[in-house]
Amino acid sequence: MTASLNTKLSLGPIQYYWDRDTVFDFYKQVAESPIDIVYLGETVCSKRRLMRDEDWLEIAALLRQAGKEVVLSTLTLIEANSELRKLKSICKNEEYAIEANDMAAVNLLAGKQTFITGPAINIYNARTLNLFARQGVKRWVFPVELSRETLADILKQRPEAMETEVIVYGRLPLAFSARCFTARSHNLQKDDCQLSCIADPDGLLMKTRENDPFLVINGIQTQSAKSCNLITELEDMKEIGVDILRISPQSKSTAEIIKIFHDCLHGKKSIQDASNELDTLSPTGTCNGYWHGGAGMESVEQHLEKSRTGHL
Amino acid sequence: MSNTNKTMELVCPAGNLPSLKIAVNNGADAVYMGFKDDTNARHFAGLNFNDKRAQEGIAYAHERGSKVFTAINTYPQPSGWQRWQDAVDHAAQLGVDALILADIGVMDYAAERWPDLRLHLSVQGSATSQESIEFFHKNFDIKRAVVPRVLSLKQIQAVTENSPVPIEVFGFGSLCVMVEGRCLLSSYVTGQSPNTFGACSPASAVQWKETDAGLETRLNEVLIDIHGKDESAGYPTLCKGRFNVNNNTYHALEEPTSLNTMALLPELQRAGVAAIKIEGRQRSPAYVEQVSKVWREALDSAQQDPENYQPKREWLEALDKVSEGSQTTLGAYHRPWQ
Repeated sequence: MTASLNTKLSLGPIQYYWDRDTVFDFYKQVAESPIDIVYLGETVCSKRRLMRDEDWLEIAALLRQAGKEVVLSTLTLIEANSELRKLKSICKNEEYAIEANDMAAVNLLAGKQTFITGPAINIYNARTLNLFARQGVKRWVFPVELSRETLADILKQRPEAMETEVIVYGRLPLAFSARCFTARSHNLQKDDCQLSCIADPDGLLMKTRENDPFLVINGIQTQSAKSCNLITELEDMKEIGVDILRISPQSKSTAEIIKIFHDCLHGKKSIQDASNELDTLSPTGTCNGYWHGGAGMESVEQHLEKSRTGHL
Repeated sequence: MSNTNKTMELVCPAGNLPSLKIAVNNGADAVYMGFKDDTNARHFAGLNFNDKRAQEGIAYAHERGSKVFTAINTYPQPSGWQRWQDAVDHAAQLGVDALILADIGVMDYAAERWPDLRLHLSVQGSATSQESIEFFHKNFDIKRAVVPRVLSLKQIQAVTENSPVPIEVFGFGSLCVMVEGRCLLSSYVTGQSPNTFGACSPASAVQWKETDAGLETRLNEVLIDIHGKDESAGYPTLCKGRFNVNNNTYHALEEPTSLNTMALLPELQRAGVAAIKIEGRQRSPAYVEQVSKVWREALDSAQQDPENYQPKREWLEALDKVSEGSQTTLGAYHRPWQ
């Protein structure tokens, strides 16, 4: 038995700083992939400006033409007035849906148009989700630190027509700071960062003093070194009411990863094979602890036989 | 919204009744406290208030003209929802002067059930701009917002000027280098975070081990740091450990330091900041005494003569003694730190 065909796949925004050509090439591949929804835009650092607004809109048009649903994502940590102005201009776009990643964006969009809340908007309970629904939220991305149990509980009181999206693959966004840790690693101040994060297409690995990969520095963002991988949970997710599965881009093999998830959803690949393949495609291992109610970094072994028949 | 009377309120931590009394006696305009469970962001063993203590503390503060705020500033999940709702009801019935809230659902409940009770947006609410604060003002009529420790002085000035409600900023204490309310590092390692559990790098996950290389500090088995014999080992808050990046081992995120904005008081006052918050409900009554006393003097001095204000040496020395790592920083207020 496989997950239902109406579960959609989405591709989250690129978290890293890639040069313009790389971004264009990346989305040309994405346009040909079996992804359903694509989130576009800079969500981490406002100093990353190689991609201009027109560039993003050009990619948006290309993806729409290829039959993809396009969503414009917005900055997560808003500090300067210049960042607010930029946010306002994105929120005025009526062509595409917007993903709010900060309450400033929520305030700009609430009551004016339907929108989507990203993983950094704290929706931890049904009362919050229902309030957001009344403000015009039509889809929410489940916060990464919460468990399957919590999601199932919230979805029992799910507002009508609310879509639920869960990050199922990729390094997890864990924290945002005023400080740029990439600049710090080069002994530079943020105001003179020299956009040094462009050298790290998957972020900069931070290891413990025992050399265990631990976290990833990505400018002002800190990510998990391990990639979250919930491929074994697809059937269960469908049962509790998850509508969309989000994959987070990485510099290599994103198209393959999309295909693996797509094949699993369509019964063309076994979960076991998919799981093994994803392990080899993740830069520094995988984890699924948050989903199972534990520490995010943990890997809980799944009984694949059970998960395939939907009795976890 | 700028505070027009230019008197900044001193808001001090009260982890227990002795601390509350000491803070009040040493000039706190307001104290903030929490209940003995995961509904507040200092959910530590032996800390916080039961019913009887809360009643006594509130009476003590009110008799002496100080206000009491209750922090209910973590994020409930459905299985625990009732606890947060009860905490709101409980605080309201006790007659506290304001609730400090983070979760939108809890705020929605509090605003509906207790429409006359003052609501403050907690730093855990993660609002860093006037636009974000506006959401909470519009929907829940909040009366004050505490802003995260990620803003520069210039940004604080801009938010204060444009915010629909008065602004409270952190003046002293432990420094979060990540924007509060959106930091999951602790739960990534331990399963418990400030948002879900009310603690960062919780003590139950800490391991100390003496080895040949020095004293190892671990959090759920992850090595946070090793301290040589000549180094003092602090609590292993995970963002303040030493890690390896590009073959360099250093404090990759932040050193073990405390925030101290005492030097900026005239600027904060001029910007119209309404209140200065002192961190440290988990600290001892002796810390609360020292810090409340020194900050009371500093605030009074900055108010009387802002042009000639300078932090006195003895104040700074007193604060250094109680600071994490015996070091202080202006943190994000000072742009080069970023």
